[in-house]
Amino acid sequence: MTAADVLLAALGAVALGAGLLVVTTRHVVRAGLWLVVTLGAVAGLYLVLSAELLAWVQVLLYVGAVVVLLLFAVMLTRAPIGASDDLDRVRWPGALIGAGAGAGLVALFADAFHWSRVGLPAPGTAEAIGGAVFRTWVLPFELVSVLLLAALVGAIVVSRPDISAGPRSDSRPDPRGR
Amino acid sequence: MPVWLELILRVLVVVGAFLTLPLIVGQAEHKVMAHMQGRLGPMYAGAFHGWAQLVADGVKFVQKEDITPRAADRQVFRLAPVVALLPYLAVLLVIPLGPHGLVAQPLDVGLFFVLAVVGIGVIAVLMAAWSSANKYSLLGGLRAAAQLLGYELPFVLSAASVAMAAGTLSLSGIVEAWRPWWLLWQLPAMLIFFIAGLAEIRRPPFDMPIADSELVFGYLTEYTGLRFAFFLLAEYVGIVVIAALTTVLFLGGWKGPFDDQVGWLWTLLKMFAVAFVVIWLRVAYPRLREDQLQRLCWLVLVPLALLQLVLTAAVKVAL
Repeated sequence: MTAADVLLAALGAVALGAGLLVVTTRHVVRAGLWLVVTLGAVAGLYLVLSAELLAWVQVLLYVGAVVVLLLFAVMLTRAPIGASDDLDRVRWPGALIGAGAGAGLVALFADAFHWSRVGLPAPGTAEAIGGAVFRTWVLPFELVSVLLLAALVGAIVVSRPDISAGPRSDSRPDPRGR
Repeated sequence: MPVWLELILRVLVVVGAFLTLPLIVGQAEHKVMAHMQGRLGPMYAGAFHGWAQLVADGVKFVQKEDITPRAADRQVFRLAPVVALLPYLAVLLVIPLGPHGLVAQPLDVGLFFVLAVVGIGVIAVLMAAWSSANKYSLLGGLRAAAQLLGYELPFVLSAASVAMAAGTLSLSGIVEAWRPWWLLWQLPAMLIFFIAGLAEIRRPPFDMPIADSELVFGYLTEYTGLRFAFFLLAEYVGIVVIAALTTVLFLGGWKGPFDDQVGWLWTLLKMFAVAFVVIWLRVAYPRLREDQLQRLCWLVLVPLALLQLVLTAAVKVAL
């Protein structure tokens, strides 16, 4: 056991525990805050595995943006302080699917690697990742960019009724025949 | 020097900077505002030129009762000030003070780290706003979140421009690569970064989230005593961080005459000059209205930042 192993195990435990709290707590907003802890612990895992850039991307995008948007949306709609007893969770199917997927992944990895040791790859510096994305994987990268752009445009069209396509209910007056 | 001793020394220096620099900025704010606005209050405490005003403020905060509202979510309410303060402490770790590795923790992706960690501050604001169980707090928090999410974009884009120009994400590397003519080349980026930075730390004229004439004190309404002082301290550390980042990214950090010997002095001088401008703006400008604030971000700063990126790329390719 090296220090890195201990750190990995500890961070994994934190991520797992906080993740469990996300789905079991009865406080809606606190669930979001536990999600911050989970994602932060995962970023810590990346750091221990020397994927430095990925770790900070995780913090910037997931902690700084995604969770904030999530909390923002919850607070705009209904965010009571204290436990809400009327949360409808799909308890058993959810637990089954979650545990099943988890057990399946564990089995898959155990079967694939057994106890073989894999050395750490070269550190995920900005230069290495930049080179990989813009040299080797430039086509998939561009494809994803176009997909995201399409999603953006789609979101704007959907959210603005005045430019959306489809059958108009014609609240607009006809310019010629008055 | 053994490694652990050096490590402890570096951390101690950063904690020392964390404890003193914001206080200097706070004291400067008292004095500068007093002179600019003819305020008499801060000129009395301690007789000579009101030097003890900050001490008096500290004593006042410690004396006040620490109240947690009955309807509040106690744990979250109490945790929020700490969450507001910690990211800035982490940022101070990677800001280079002088040449030859005079930095607490040199980081290959320093700039990216800074941008990521500064973004965590929003969560503290949302925590404080929601857990206070007060409608003004919640409104202030939602304003703050909308503001921070919006201004994050020009903030990151303008920082990306200078990273592109320098060809590195390391803060020391950016200062090494900096040349005086960048002042002109990166001028729009510098202005955008500074304005977006002001909005990120919610300083006037971007203090809509705590607009005292309409929201009492926004997300800080329910905070008293030391916890309130923590938020105040976070604001001053924020000024230090934004000033330091503007210095390092756009003003050449430690570059100046005799920078081999007194590089750290140049960094500090430039930093305090920028901090002075931050204080000056608070005195000079009225608060932006919420719609003006969003308009400025999305219709002015973001397009300008994108144009600056194009300019940076064009010059970089041409050179």
